[in-house]
Amino acid sequence: MCYQVAIIGAGVVGSLLARELTRYDLSVALVEAREDVATGASAANSAIVHGGFDPVPGTLKAKLNVRGLEMMPAVAEELGVHYKNNGSLVLAFSEEEMQTVRELYERGLANGAPGLSVLDRDELRALEPNVSENAVGALCSETAGIICPYGLTIAAAGNAIDNGADLYLSSPVTAIRKENGVFVLTAGGKEIRAEYVVNAAGVYADEIAKLIGDASFTIRPRKGEYLLFDQTEGKLCGHTLFQVPSAVGKGILVTPTVDGNLLIGPTSVFIDDKENRETSADGLDYVRSTALRSVKSLNFKQVITSFTGIRAVPDGEDFIIRFSEKDPHFLHLAGIESPGLSSSPAIAEYAVELLGNAGLQLKANPKFCGERRPYSWFKDLPADKKNEVIAVDPRFGHIICRCEKVTEGEIVEAIHRAPEARTLDAVKRRVRATMGRCQGGFCSPLITELLSSERNVAPETICKHKAGSNLLIGKTKGGDRND
Amino acid sequence: MTDTNVTKARLVIVGGGPAGMAAAIAAYDAGVTDVLLLERGNALGGILLQCIHNGFGLHRFGEELSGPEYAARYEAEVKKRNIPFLTDTMVLSVDPDRTVTAMNSTHGVFSVKADAVVLAMGCRERSRGALSIPGKRPAGIYTAGTAQRYVNVQGYLPGKEVVILGSGDIGLIMARRMTLEGAHVKAVCELMPYSGGLNRNIVQCLKDFDIPLMLSHTVSKIHGDTRLTGVSIAEVDEKLRVKPETEQYIPCDTLLLSCGLLPENELTKEAGIPLDAITGGATVNEHRETLTEGIFACGNVLHVHDLVDFVSEEAELAGKSAADYILRGARKAASPITVKPAGKVRYTVPQRIDGEGEDVRLFFRVGAIVDNAVLTVKQGDTLLATKKKRRMTPGEMESFVLPAAKLAGVSGELTVCVESEGK
Repeated sequence: MCYQVAIIGAGVVGSLLARELTRYDLSVALVEAREDVATGASAANSAIVHGGFDPVPGTLKAKLNVRGLEMMPAVAEELGVHYKNNGSLVLAFSEEEMQTVRELYERGLANGAPGLSVLDRDELRALEPNVSENAVGALCSETAGIICPYGLTIAAAGNAIDNGADLYLSSPVTAIRKENGVFVLTAGGKEIRAEYVVNAAGVYADEIAKLIGDASFTIRPRKGEYLLFDQTEGKLCGHTLFQVPSAVGKGILVTPTVDGNLLIGPTSVFIDDKENRETSADGLDYVRSTALRSVKSLNFKQVITSFTGIRAVPDGEDFIIRFSEKDPHFLHLAGIESPGLSSSPAIAEYAVELLGNAGLQLKANPKFCGERRPYSWFKDLPADKKNEVIAVDPRFGHIICRCEKVTEGEIVEAIHRAPEARTLDAVKRRVRATMGRCQGGFCSPLITELLSSERNVAPETICKHKAGSNLLIGKTKGGDRND
Repeated sequence: MTDTNVTKARLVIVGGGPAGMAAAIAAYDAGVTDVLLLERGNALGGILLQCIHNGFGLHRFGEELSGPEYAARYEAEVKKRNIPFLTDTMVLSVDPDRTVTAMNSTHGVFSVKADAVVLAMGCRERSRGALSIPGKRPAGIYTAGTAQRYVNVQGYLPGKEVVILGSGDIGLIMARRMTLEGAHVKAVCELMPYSGGLNRNIVQCLKDFDIPLMLSHTVSKIHGDTRLTGVSIAEVDEKLRVKPETEQYIPCDTLLLSCGLLPENELTKEAGIPLDAITGGATVNEHRETLTEGIFACGNVLHVHDLVDFVSEEAELAGKSAADYILRGARKAASPITVKPAGKVRYTVPQRIDGEGEDVRLFFRVGAIVDNAVLTVKQGDTLLATKKKRRMTPGEMESFVLPAAKLAGVSGELTVCVESEGK
């Protein structure tokens, strides 16, 4: 068969585009190198929906950020993803920085960003009593928000699959050729044919472009380190607290997450290795000390994990959203660095428009359903409704992850529901099991057993994430409990 | 919550490990038979069920038992008394009015209104994330207890070439256990200049197997994209900072963490029960009653113990106290004695004394090794008790009895101090 569109890369951009394309009567393939969707930049970032005041007016970043900001609440609602319009503040620590705040305000107005205001010292404190005494004012964006980036990606991919798209996991695209006018992708031992190809390969987008001889841009990986705090600290601030970019750097943010944790970070360091998600003692120290500029105190005893995200930074200033000069049916969605998450629904919408202009037939798919049941549907039920569910399926009464209160029923559902969770981290990103304060100490052996029994594979084949990240090497001398 | 799912019990015990079982038995024997024991695991016994090594019960039974054997003795006592218990049951909340809400597959979400509650949820291990060890995030990094469960309960080996960070008792036990399974334990690194584990475990689990214990060493970096390929280890200075020039690389596929246990007090916090910042457990009086009336705590959820024998002992006290509270009412003093740690003493349990006319055993830990230790208990400048010991270490809990006669007439603050003799 030949797909009408093949999308390379199941990050937030590729997955939202796949979903957007299934609104039309099209055959769509979503081709992902890794064992799950949402494993690159979409898995680890600041999880912010930006207010639209940062990008330079006239750029794609400005246009798509503002449009994405407008679209995001409805997209999140439809896809059953937690989103919170918590607002953001850019803190200034001197009169000079207040000048930058006013410039950002003007820039936001030029971009058409709604809900912006400049706050003085007292107005700032009235909103956020825990900000540092040294903050003299702030830019406030009432419309900015927080969202779970991998949750959005998984839901978008899942909804695309529910509407007929095909997801190919563990299928790295290693060659692309044209045969009888259509693309043939060599992807993990398979060949996938498509009339149009969309390059949404994140940090690898330049390498994918080179497969058709397009060397018109390069992507540099830039890493950012973060520290995540227990939910005990999640109410330190309500807004996302940025710092005015200054001579000492872009600043570190302090933000609640949509799941109730507190997140601080990121650093910003160019690296060579696109897979190097390594944290460093120096980087984490920098995050700790710089975050403390924004708030009165941070309880570092409550840090539950640290991680590194990798951003796909283009060689130019703007997103690279255009057809390749080498082929008019090969669309790049590349260099999607910040505000990429915020822009992602708008990028998908814009990409469909570009594909339509390039000749892709856009006839409505009458069967399309954009609604998706959230993974947290059980958790969010009142007690009496929970009991009705448990009466039908007792696995929902059995809690596996004690920290995040995730039941066996929810984990089994995550294992089987599209996109299927095959690894421990895939389960984590869907239902939050292992994501709490014990970091899987108690529940990871139980989830390993569930993955093994539900997928009917041996426990020693279960991986944490990538192929080769097996959790166990084999049975003990005495054999397993079922021997 | 529907009213049909609310029941009553005189005493609810949260946790069916060694603490919960001992508390249930003691409360029953003190006359409160309407007890409900709630356990999240699929059997009574808690973490003891994965501790298949021996060394349990020397104090309680005068013989060496394995963890499951020790648990089985208490389980038999629970069953002999027909004390009701529910397994696979997770407690979701404890209200200050002593309503306990839980969930399981059979009863769904349900609440139990109790006259008294005993908290016995145990503790968890400090994770890699909480330690913020820099480096990559491959598979192959486990807390020692997680690895213990894989090996002893599920029958699977997490790896072959092992480095252990932290010399807590579970780490030491797992050094031996992994060795017996054919793994090669290359080193145990301990950040502090002394081990946090029991001396007998250092001898029986490391020395007997020629496993090196590297004091004042830590893991400075984690390597490997998929599975762990190695760790960098380094010496630390007196401020526990890595000395970069001492860094060395050890290839391994497994890193086990035994870097401390944290009392698991989320339910306690959500109930608004005040905690002790040092122990991480509730602040209690000598009856193990928290500052919230009718709610008691015992075992590792209160403070981390070295031996299960002491957990059982403390839980019996809590269980009996809860029964006394139910049968005879509150026993809080209007002006309790507060107990303050001083000198090398990090914390004491209990932190306050409410009663009169009873001997009180105070438990404490020191924060550093103290040679020729002198313990003094004072009210103001008045010396109430003193005791000497050749050596006190952070890894071994100490205790002493304050006789009722000494406590008579005492009010206000007691200080419990340990210093080296001559200082």
